[in-house]
Amino acid sequence: MLSYEGILQTLSMIDNQKLDIRTITMGISLMDCADSDGEKARQKIYNKIVEKAGHLVEVGQAIEKEFGIPIINKRISVTPISIVAGASADKDYVKFAEVLDRAARDVGVNFIGGFSALVHKGYTKGDEILIRSIPEALAVTETVCSSVNVGSTKAGINMDAVKQMGQIIVEAANLTADRDSIGCAKLVVFANAVEDNPFMAGAFHGVGEPDCVINVGVSGPGVVKTALEACKGAPFDVVAETIKKTAFQITRVGQLVASEASRRLGVPFGIVDLSLAPTPAVGDSIARILEEIGLEHCGAPGTTAALAMLNDAVKKGGVMASSHVGGLSGAFIPVSEDEGMIEAARIGALTLEKLEAMTCVCSVGLDMIAIPGDTTWQTVAGIIADEVAIGMVNNKTTALRLIPAIGKGVGEEVSFGGLLGSAPIMPVNKYNCDVLVNRGGRIPAPIHSLRN
Amino acid sequence: MKAVITVLGNDKRGIIYNVTKILAESDVNILDISQTILDGYFTMVMIVDIEKCNIKFEELQNRLEAKGAEMELNIRIQHKQIFDSMHNI
Repeated sequence: MLSYEGILQTLSMIDNQKLDIRTITMGISLMDCADSDGEKARQKIYNKIVEKAGHLVEVGQAIEKEFGIPIINKRISVTPISIVAGASADKDYVKFAEVLDRAARDVGVNFIGGFSALVHKGYTKGDEILIRSIPEALAVTETVCSSVNVGSTKAGINMDAVKQMGQIIVEAANLTADRDSIGCAKLVVFANAVEDNPFMAGAFHGVGEPDCVINVGVSGPGVVKTALEACKGAPFDVVAETIKKTAFQITRVGQLVASEASRRLGVPFGIVDLSLAPTPAVGDSIARILEEIGLEHCGAPGTTAALAMLNDAVKKGGVMASSHVGGLSGAFIPVSEDEGMIEAARIGALTLEKLEAMTCVCSVGLDMIAIPGDTTWQTVAGIIADEVAIGMVNNKTTALRLIPAIGKGVGEEVSFGGLLGSAPIMPVNKYNCDVLVNRGGRIPAPIHSLRN
Repeated sequence: MKAVITVLGNDKRGIIYNVTKILAESDVNILDISQTILDGYFTMVMIVDIEKCNIKFEELQNRLEAKGAEMELNIRIQHKQIFDSMHNI
């Protein structure tokens, strides 16, 4: 039976605690769009995206109004373009990015993910061309997001790809230097990338996925923080239970929206991503949850423990609320997109090394971190290698979205506006790792990858 | 299909009259009403049946919201499922 208090609680979560659905993401397979003629392939890609996602935004808005729950983003993920474009004779895939951008704008979504390559064990011809095209593709498009998977628990780490991605990130930063190097905010390097991630910039539609699918990512850091305000001084058992209950409620809304969107669009429901995703808005921060648990600032000793507990409780609460759980599922810690993290980074409470430790216990990785513009590509590659190693050994997804802020240094800030937010530039360890990243080759998969 | 109507704002004369008038005109049946006043703050929750509603949901929503704006109240209508899914297992 529905109680009066329950109804008012839901309204308060939406009105005051910023409960929302972060994204409805439609995954579209482009496997059937491959063609030996690049121009024909692009035409097929455009047609398929517009055909499948033509009503996505409209349906999202209708659900939003009827259920009274904000749905912040409507997005699309597609098959990694390296696979689709690989069939063509093209020597450069920037035009494929442009067609994705045009299709995304025409259907009205704000991001489209899948300008991607999976190279954890090695490159195909399509992968090579795609990766070389990334910096320009991100500079000339607005909605296209790119990702490259360079390592996995099963395959180890492709150190040639790590090296190249160090160079690509710096190049992407340089090509968009006039816009605070925003190209890098749309580029993710992964270990153990997942095939059904609804969140950008790392979303792509995996090859094991159906032709078309609806995945939903939920949010609600403000709801968790408010619930914890009633637990002051209580032991961790109580804190964890409170987070579980709240995560259950948040995820149920995600499940409802996902099944409703799937029904109305006539597209199968894929997964709900059990996530806590922040925005730069006050009251929508993961850092503030950690502080509510008992830290003066995010980054203080105890941060990793608090985050580990939070991440686990979110999953335990969420898993029962949804019929299919997937994606990245966990708490995100993107620095520039979290008001509390921005403040902690600004005052020096949160460092790159502490963030690296935090990524061992949550999804996803070193996310939206601005580093000095004069950081060498070798150092960027070294940071990638470390983060990918954490993912490989711990059997989890890790990711990097590093932004070398060209022309800027520590103490200055970059600002992207909107959901991407702004970030103070964090210092990077100044000792070099050139010899390490120049070795190339592959780091073998860890022993515990042999599970058969 | 059931929906939840919530009305929040400063108490004044005619709130229930104005809301129920719109519902009666639209053939919306009221199943349950709870109403209270906390420190002069009017809070009303209604469960309604919109199965036979003679206008589109969006139109009903617009009429209620317009009345809310006119009376300086927050009036909204949402499908009941969102509350059921959050509060019932």
